[in-house]
Order: sequence, then C-alpha cells, then structure tokens
Amino acid sequence: MAFDYDKWIRPGKLPHIWCPGCGHGIVMKGLIRAMETLQLKKEETAVVSGIGCASRLPGYIDCCTLHTAHGRAAAFATGVKMARPEMNVILVGGDGDGTAIGGNHFIHACRRNIDMTYIIMNNYIYGMTGGQFSPCTPTGHKASTTPYGNPDPGFDIAKLAIGAGATFVARGTAFHANQIDKLIVEAIQHKGFSVVEILDDCPTTYGRRNKFKSVIEMMNRLKEVAVPVKAAEKMTAEQLQGKVLTGVLYKDETKPEYTVEYAKVIERAKASK
Amino acid sequence: MEKTLPKIEIIEKYCKGCHICVEFCPKDVLEMKGFYASVKNLEACIKCMQCELRCPDFAIKVITE
Ligand SMILES: Cc1ncc(C[n+]2csc(CCOP(=O)(O)OP(=O)(O)O)c2C)c(N)n1
Ligand code: SF4
Ligand code: SF4
Ligand code: SF4
Ligand SMILES: [Mg+2]
Repeated sequence: MAFDYDKWIRPGKLPHIWCPGCGHGIVMKGLIRAMETLQLKKEETAVVSGIGCASRLPGYIDCCTLHTAHGRAAAFATGVKMARPEMNVILVGGDGDGTAIGGNHFIHACRRNIDMTYIIMNNYIYGMTGGQFSPCTPTGHKASTTPYGNPDPGFDIAKLAIGAGATFVARGTAFHANQIDKLIVEAIQHKGFSVVEILDDCPTTYGRRNKFKSVIEMMNRLKEVAVPVKAAEKMTAEQLQGKVLTGVLYKDETKPEYTVEYAKVIERAKASK
Repeated sequence: MEKTLPKIEIIEKYCKGCHICVEFCPKDVLEMKGFYASVKNLEACIKCMQCELRCPDFAIKVITE
C-alpha cells in the first residue's frame, strides 16, 4: 500500500522548496516513516533545525517544530529536552550547519550523551548559499570558494560523533531510501545521543561544479561507495579503498544519559537545603 | 492466478522531473513524458515500491490494494 505521508505534512506545504533531485526530500520521507513506525505523538515530538536547505525540513512536518539560528539546533534542542525530558527531540540539518558553525554544539551534545537524535544530511557543501565548501567537502573537490580544488581534508561525521561521545552512530545514503527510516527508528529508540548521517546529494551547487552530469549520476555514486558494515567485515583493506561504511556503526548502552543524571543533580540540590 | 496490477498515481503538481523514479525502476515501468514522470508499462510493475520510496517530492504513489 502506498504510504500515507500526508498525516505528517502540514497542510498546503507541498511542493517543498528543494531543487529537483535534492536528497533532502528523500530523508524527510524516511523521517516521516520512522515517526509513523514508532507511532510518535505529534505533541510529544519536537523536530529542531538550524539554517540551510536541510534545515528547512521542520517547516513541513506537522508536529512541534523549531527552526532556529545557524548551527544552534543542538543548543535549542537541549533546552527543549531539559524542560520536557519526556519529549522525543529530533535535530535535523546539513553538514555546514552541523560541522562548521555548529561544530562545537554538535560535539558537546555528543559528549553529554543527551537523549536526542541528530539527523545530518551531508551533501558535502553549503547548498543554500550557493556552494561554498564545508568541512565535509572532500579534498580536491570544487566549491564556489575552492574553484581550484579544496585543499582541506573532510571530516568523517560518524567518527567525529563517536570520538566526541555519541552512543549511537549510524550512516545511510539518500540512494538507500528504504534503510533511512530503519536507522532513524533505531536511533530514536536508543537512550542517549544518537547520530544518523545520511550521505546526500546537492545537484545544484555541488553536482554541477564537480562534473556530475545528472542527479542520477550522483545517486549511482552513493550506490557505489556504500558498503554495509556486515559486508565490509569480509572485505580486504584494498577492496574498501574509497568506500564508505553504512548501517549502525556504533552503539553503547552503558553510558549515563544526561537528563537522568541532571535529575539526580536536582535531587541532590534539594536534599542539601 | 491472475496478477493484480497496482494503480500508480503521479501528482504532477509535486513532480519536479528529476528522473529518479524512471531510472531506478527495475522493470522499466516508467518514463519521462515532457517534464513529468509517467507510466509506460504498468503490466511489468512488480510493486517493489522503489519509485515511491525514492521520489524526493512525494509525487508518486504505488497503490496496491
Ligand atoms: C550566522 C549565520 N552565518 C551564515 C549564514 C549563511 N548560511 C545560511 S545556510 C548556510 C550553510 C548551509 O549549509 P548546510 O548546513 O550544509 O545545508 P545545505 O544548504 O547544504 O542543506 C550558511 C553559511 C547564516 N544564515 N547565519
Ligand atoms: S541548493 Fe542543493 S541542498 Fe539546496 S535545495 Fe537545491 S539541491 Fe538541495
Ligand atoms: S513499484 Fe517498482 S516496478 Fe513498479 S513502477 Fe515502482 S519501481 Fe517500478
Ligand atoms: S522521482 Fe518524483 S519528482 Fe522525480 S520524476 Fe519521479 S515522480 Fe517526478
Ligand atoms: Mg550541506
């Protein structure tokens, strides 16, 4: 049966503003399917973003939403979660928003292990502002600000999240659409800070500049580079050259969760009066 | 047993003509007709839902029952 997305879309909001073939729409659909699978209640679910094309997502979703300042989704979301720990708090945004201007907020949300889910749509570029390079633009690739090729190495968002203390880290791609909701479901169910990186495409400001002839070529590239973690176990280092692992990359259920720990602080403070 | 065919609905108001559904349909059911996606050969559809899943624009529905 066709999936009924309408339940989760604010009436009259479609068509969305994203360009033809932009993967952000595919990710939004995955998030909606995940919310439906988990039967989340709209009034108990907050979707929070910063600024960017990816960060436009909450505008379409019919639940509690917050479209905030560039890079600050984690800060605002933390406020929501601390005030209402029973809420499902989901952050969404782009690679620029999350790892450049918002990099600090990102790593500290990971470090705190606060029970929220962060979906990062990594299209390797600042899409909204015309294609400046981001911390995720691969070395040698072109952006409007690196017309002769980017000299910087890119961040590995998943490794960054694991290193900073996130307790659930997964990666999918916009091509592997049917995996997106499954990863998000697991991430939301995880008690702690969960990160889901979705390798995405921006045909408009990244694709054209980097000689991708079409959206289809960009999708095929995602298809080619992705290797599920299970399959990677049987592959040699040589075979894994240039590949990117997908699936659940890391999970730790032993680390204390922040709102639980903070509640204890409140108890201690009350007891000491 | 006779195969039941789905109904494939393309919402032109939402379709942005990106070709994704057409290119990744495993059975070559769809085609681009002008700007929009369109059904070319419904008989071949295996109801795998790939087109509906991948459309970034909520523009294609595979209605099976
Ligand atoms: C404080 C501030 N600095 C800069 C900007 C300009 N700006 C808007 S979106 C954006 C980058 C967005 O990139 P990303 O998060 O990767 O999202 P995408 O558009 O690629 O989906 C920038 C630099 C801003 N809005 N606010
Ligand atoms: S500019 Fe890029 S990221 Fe922004 S909507 Fe267009 S394709 Fe998507
Ligand atoms: S459901 Fe599968 S076979 Fe049918 S049109 Fe869509 S992609 Fe093609
Ligand atoms: S994937 Fe969606 S938007 Fe793209 S051509 Fe097909 S129906 Fe249109
Ligand atoms: Mg980006």
